[in-house]
Amino acid sequence: MAQLSDQTCKIIDAWRAKFPKDQSRSAVLMALRTVQDELGHLSDESLHAVADYLDMPVAQVSEVVSFYSMYRRTPQGKHTLAICNSLSCHLCQAQSLLDHLKTRLGIEPGQTTADGQFTLKVTECLAACAGAPALLLDDQHYHESMTIESLDALIDTLSSSQGADND
Amino acid sequence: MIEHLNTVCYRFKSVENSWTLPVYLEHGGYAVWKEIVKTAPDPKDLIEVIKRSGLRGRGGAGFPTGLKWSFMDRNAPGPKYLICNSDEGEPGTFKDRQILTTNPHQLIEGMLIASYVMGLDVGYNFLRGEFALPFQRCESALAEARAAGLVGASILGSKLNIEIHNILGAGSYIVGEETAMIEALEGKRAYPRYKPPFPAVHGLYGQPTTVNNTETLASVPMILAQGADWFSGLGTEKSGGTKMFSVSGHVNNPGVFEIPLGTSFESLLALAGGLQEGRSCLVVIPGGTSMRVVPGAEMLTSEMSYEGMEAVGSAIGSGGLIVMDDRTDIAQALAVMMEFYQHESCGQCTPCREGSGWVSALTARLAQGLGKPGDIDRLYAIAKQIEGRTICAFGEAISWPVTSFIQHFRPQLEVGIASNESSENCT
Repeated sequence: MAQLSDQTCKIIDAWRAKFPKDQSRSAVLMALRTVQDELGHLSDESLHAVADYLDMPVAQVSEVVSFYSMYRRTPQGKHTLAICNSLSCHLCQAQSLLDHLKTRLGIEPGQTTADGQFTLKVTECLAACAGAPALLLDDQHYHESMTIESLDALIDTLSSSQGADND
Repeated sequence: MIEHLNTVCYRFKSVENSWTLPVYLEHGGYAVWKEIVKTAPDPKDLIEVIKRSGLRGRGGAGFPTGLKWSFMDRNAPGPKYLICNSDEGEPGTFKDRQILTTNPHQLIEGMLIASYVMGLDVGYNFLRGEFALPFQRCESALAEARAAGLVGASILGSKLNIEIHNILGAGSYIVGEETAMIEALEGKRAYPRYKPPFPAVHGLYGQPTTVNNTETLASVPMILAQGADWFSGLGTEKSGGTKMFSVSGHVNNPGVFEIPLGTSFESLLALAGGLQEGRSCLVVIPGGTSMRVVPGAEMLTSEMSYEGMEAVGSAIGSGGLIVMDDRTDIAQALAVMMEFYQHESCGQCTPCREGSGWVSALTARLAQGLGKPGDIDRLYAIAKQIEGRTICAFGEAISWPVTSFIQHFRPQLEVGIASNESSENCT
């Protein structure tokens, strides 16, 4: 069975310490996020490892993973671009951003580019409606008041930093 | 010009490093908390102040805060919990993100005061999973407060022990429902619970628990510092104090504006830069997309208060106000909203799980101009059958926008019925 890394265990322990001693199940949401941050997605082995570490049935871990939208069960691109399409962003032309991304990256929402660089997603309201249309990069970085131009610039920057990583 | 703009939770809008302890202390921060720790006032007196202030739940339901606090039995055995609901996800709402980012210490102080008043041991501030920067700000503020002896064991050398933790979610709208949030904190799927029992009796780990919204808790230190009369006097007789409104959509200067309740919609719209030249206000969602929509003309003669929005058949809700001008495709807007609800239904109750899909499919085909004769009535009937038949208020959140859009904009929706459809196909 896959083991969790020491670093991941340390982070999970810190989350567990926030809850009562007999309630380690409470840490499962963040334990899964921590493993996902390290490995990129949650494999069956990871689910077992988390269940084992928190001493809970793997079925309980699995039902959490399938419920919350930020968990990924399959490998994703190096960067995830999530366009908000809730009402405020929709009113501010979010659809044209999405269409542009689909064309430029050659993929549909839910897919990853062949070079493994980008995964495209549509997301629900990000609480960034003053900056509509909004985009969430890699689950945590907000990019607001996007235009086709700023979107292109963002993708250019991300693409070139990928190149730099490979050097 | 609106008096008392951004004076309570959003008072640090333009203050540099407002999220740090030195700046918060410089502006009188934690003075109320230190005084409480020193003088140990009777919690009942503090609840009276909150009741008199008129503060109501700012997350959407508008329940009187002092009354909610009075439901907690501070002598109940075992640990008792406070949960701050920072899972801001109601479409059109983005004010708690501002508090968490610019004013985390005032929220922590509010959580401490609430815990003292209700005799709670631990407070969890539950932020939505995408809020990386707000979480970072809350964590660093909490570390500062802890180091200063304001949070934790033997607070400021007293016998008071109150622990606070920031927690992150993992992506789910329904977590914002208070009992769903309790489930999430227990490491489960965020399925709302039946009520009763209410959280005040049976909450987190089966223990007494109070769940309050971020803005509600962050308002508390200012109310105690300035007095109940000051706060209630800012608003109207029935709507005490101020409220943060997140204004977005077809306005020139979208943003968060904390205004006295009772301010006219027209003034709020002006703060948000008004509409684009030559445009008129077609329709407004006053309190997040789960509330009933109001035609622009009616909004323009209304005031932003609990009673003002009730008078036009809607509610202040979360204060997430979306303005749509006369270019808006009504069917498209409704379809976008309903796609959201279908995606976010937790699936527990059949009327919501199935109904959200049917409603979404019907609105989508109306938006594409492929509606069938009878679709509007069908849509209305389905929405009506969801309302009141679900464990949580999500059922109403699907139903209200649909029925109110049909009530006010039926002709615009009928445009989406395909002209070549004969009524015999109406099945």
